[in-house]
Amino acid sequence: MSVKMSSRQIGDVTVIDAAGRITLGEGSTAFREAVKDLVAKGQKKILLNLAEISYIDSSGIGEMVSGFTSVSNAGGQLKLLNLTKRVQDLLQITKLYTVFEVFDDEAVALSSFQD
Amino acid sequence: MRMGTPDRPEDIVVDQSMESTLDSVDAAEVRVTEAASAMGFPEEEIFRFGYAVREAMVNAVVHGNRYSSNKRVRFVVARKRGAIEVAITDEGDGFRLDEQSDPLAEENLLNQSGRGLTLIRAFTDEFEVGPAPSKGTLARLVKRLPPLDPSAASAPEAANS
Repeated sequence: MSVKMSSRQIGDVTVIDAAGRITLGEGSTAFREAVKDLVAKGQKKILLNLAEISYIDSSGIGEMVSGFTSVSNAGGQLKLLNLTKRVQDLLQITKLYTVFEVFDDEAVALSSFQD
Repeated sequence: MRMGTPDRPEDIVVDQSMESTLDSVDAAEVRVTEAASAMGFPEEEIFRFGYAVREAMVNAVVHGNRYSSNKRVRFVVARKRGAIEVAITDEGDGFRLDEQSDPLAEENLLNQSGRGLTLIRAFTDEFEVGPAPSKGTLARLVKRLPPLDPSAASAPEAANS
């Protein structure tokens, strides 16, 4: 299964619920387009819920970093929610835990966004 | 172990010439996880080795052969004593390991690409990449079976004492 994404608006935060695999090809392209669309619409507070993501390859990790950079450059914030153990391991190995803000509680994550 | 394909034919589980497509990447991941599972690797180690093989296949298909329909990827899986070994050979122009930037350096953390080799190293027990004997690049990845559970191994002794 490739990636499936849906979004919810909670206050001024857009939560993206992603499920499946983010890998080179369809998965990473779909992810890139989703973030790009939100930035184009002026959404500056994005919470990426990865609870149902079973697999991210290095290309998918690269797209997450790219999304983080484009949202940051637009003056916004992209944060991560509900990482599986495997995705946590990938972020540890690649030292991206030092880049992303990561939460395991949605309410806490939502309240962490600043105006 | 030397760089190259396995020595004894009976060790070879898979020896396949594949197209330079993402479907081949998917197929290689499936084949290696099946082989590792049949050898009795634990689930998490199967995931990790499959991940490493997938990254190495992407390097061969995308960076080596550049998706060329005229170039093939040779994918070999071999069962070694207590280990599984994969050799992936592309027909590209080759690449130099010493020209790759360190993705873990502070200044490179926000780069979009360049993490594949780091993840392959993290998820294998041995990893080598270099020029293939004929042309292109050969990547060799090895994962060793973890030692048996010591408590299980000592059980018969305990029963005899």
